[in-house]
Amino acid sequence: MTSNAASPLIERAGIPPHRHTPARRVSVFLSQHARARLGLLLSAPLLWLGLVYIVALAALLVTAFWSVDSFTGEVSTTWTLDNFVTVFTGAVYQAVTLRTVGIALLVTIVDIVIALPIAFFMAKVASPRLRRILVIAVLMPLWASYLVKAYAWRSVLSEGGLLEWLLSPFGGQTPGYGIPAIVITLSYLWLPYVILPIYAGLERVPDSLLEASSDLGAKTGRTLVSIVLPMLWPAIIAGSIFSFSLSLGDYITVNIVGGANQLLGNLVFTNVGAANNLPLAAAIATIPIAIMVVYLTAARRSGALESL
Amino acid sequence: MNNTARRSAIFTGLAIASVAVLTACGTTSGSSDGGSAADELGDFEGSVSILAWPGYVEDGSNDPTVDWVSAFEEQTGCTVSSKTYGTSDEAFNLMKTGGYDVIAASGDASLRLVASGEVAPVNTDLLENYDGIFDFLKEKSWNSVDGVSYGIPHGYGANLLMYNTDVFPDGLDSWSAVFDDAAANAGKVTAYDSPIYIADAAVYLMATQPDLGITNPYSLDETQLAAAVDLLKTQRASVGEYWSDYLKEIQAFETGNSVVGTTWQVIQNSVSTGNTEVVLPKEGATGWSDTWMIASKAKSPNCAYAWLDYIASPEANAQATAYFGEAPSSIAACDFRDDCEAFHAGDADYASQIWYWSTPIADCLDGRTDVKCTDYSAWATAWSEIKG
Repeated sequence: MTSNAASPLIERAGIPPHRHTPARRVSVFLSQHARARLGLLLSAPLLWLGLVYIVALAALLVTAFWSVDSFTGEVSTTWTLDNFVTVFTGAVYQAVTLRTVGIALLVTIVDIVIALPIAFFMAKVASPRLRRILVIAVLMPLWASYLVKAYAWRSVLSEGGLLEWLLSPFGGQTPGYGIPAIVITLSYLWLPYVILPIYAGLERVPDSLLEASSDLGAKTGRTLVSIVLPMLWPAIIAGSIFSFSLSLGDYITVNIVGGANQLLGNLVFTNVGAANNLPLAAAIATIPIAIMVVYLTAARRSGALESL
Repeated sequence: MNNTARRSAIFTGLAIASVAVLTACGTTSGSSDGGSAADELGDFEGSVSILAWPGYVEDGSNDPTVDWVSAFEEQTGCTVSSKTYGTSDEAFNLMKTGGYDVIAASGDASLRLVASGEVAPVNTDLLENYDGIFDFLKEKSWNSVDGVSYGIPHGYGANLLMYNTDVFPDGLDSWSAVFDDAAANAGKVTAYDSPIYIADAAVYLMATQPDLGITNPYSLDETQLAAAVDLLKTQRASVGEYWSDYLKEIQAFETGNSVVGTTWQVIQNSVSTGNTEVVLPKEGATGWSDTWMIASKAKSPNCAYAWLDYIASPEANAQATAYFGEAPSSIAACDFRDDCEAFHAGDADYASQIWYWSTPIADCLDGRTDVKCTDYSAWATAWSEIKG
């Protein structure tokens, strides 16, 4: 049918006949076979996803059930639950997990508190020109290396460093290396990831709603609580997922400014690097995964993910 | 086939495939051996990849006046690429990933490397400079197994106590500054970030609590390990930060964030503020005796042998060990450096007082047979608990 209908067209003047190149044949084949088209389009990224995420995660989980020969450092593939028993009953792992979650929550709260006014100013107050400049300014730190920024904070927070110089006229002093330093540095590192979704969320709040609210007599606070925040909630959750999950897994910043403290990431790192106990490291690594699953489920329950 | 059936077929396929992949990844051979030593040398391959402690392989890029790699490259045509590491554990894991021809390993890594087959026996007859090495460094438990040599000794030294002279104007002579008296400088004490640091606590306990009966800091039974762990947990309250990156410790002492703690001579040499001092405390110290070893899967074994021979030659050995701040292994090296006496080079009695790093194993190193000793994995677990 199709070829019959098409043939008169070829006769028409001005339109050159189809050339039967191999590329043309492939293109004809693909246009007629939707499934093959889809398969070709998705196979590479799906293979990548499967390899990187599913196989890597599965390998991680399986490794957690193995054990390691302490002297030769070879992993022996006999099944055991010892690693999970160690991780769930060891006081040190409980303490470190609590500390890690606490720091991740604190970093998330600090970031949201800082990001909200900045994002509001960018989206609702600033002129388009200033807005562009601010977006670039927020993105700028992302162009610099993570390590450079962490080491910069190490020197800022050191004895006689920039922070001490700034605070000493007011009788303050640097918090030194430790948990406050970790929270400050991580908050700084993840701030752009929190500002951007909140900024995008605020841009979607129509100005007309704010005007209507004020026309109906609502004061600024009332408008923020009843109009802006409910619409912004999904964006805040999205931002918090970034800062929370990134903080949960960080170990480099902790090594650089954390003093003698260790987080879950450091336990994983030392078990892979120092103790050469890959199975135990894998078992520890399941803790942040489990926490993130709980966190994402809670976020989904709250409906925040659906309106993203 | 309906949709559900097809989907489950796909999932079954995926599951089988991933199990196959995992099995392929997970199969590891048990203990393998490093093969046999070379009988003769062939042509140079043109490059050699070296894994070493910082300051061992200097080509002038850190300090233009510190360079013994260029001469080797000119002599042999083997281009040197090197990587440094901060702890023996890091070295051990890097070796397991492969890609290195030569490693400078301390005693707490060398035996593990031999046991896991990462390094090959070394035919010392092929090394001209082996004859010039101090006899008390040859055929030791950390560089030989069953009379088979696994490398050539490089140098040895002690883990020293470093302190800020502004804080301790009268100087220090005891590890008590970082243990029993650490609280006086709470938040400014530093310690080496590796399970092997437990041995430092054991050395201190040998002197201060003889009742524990520790005779070798690397062979601790359960009670002795618990005592060392308790000591370190108390110390933890005063520790400002643990270091494994030597640059981090240099910076911490320069800014004053750390004022007392364990160190290496090379760190003292690098601190630019001039208000630090190092001492070998009266209790004795842990230390290292390093060995150049050749990877069993070396891509450039001939260049590797050439490097081992070169770095043991009196002049190169003198340069490298002087820069790191340790005693040389070559007898004639002292002709090329003027500080040999400070490091007690060649003094076998002094050398025997340093507790060289070695890997703790279940069979007690001190000869006890009535108890099981704690092995390195127990130390690693204890180290996590100490840091808390």
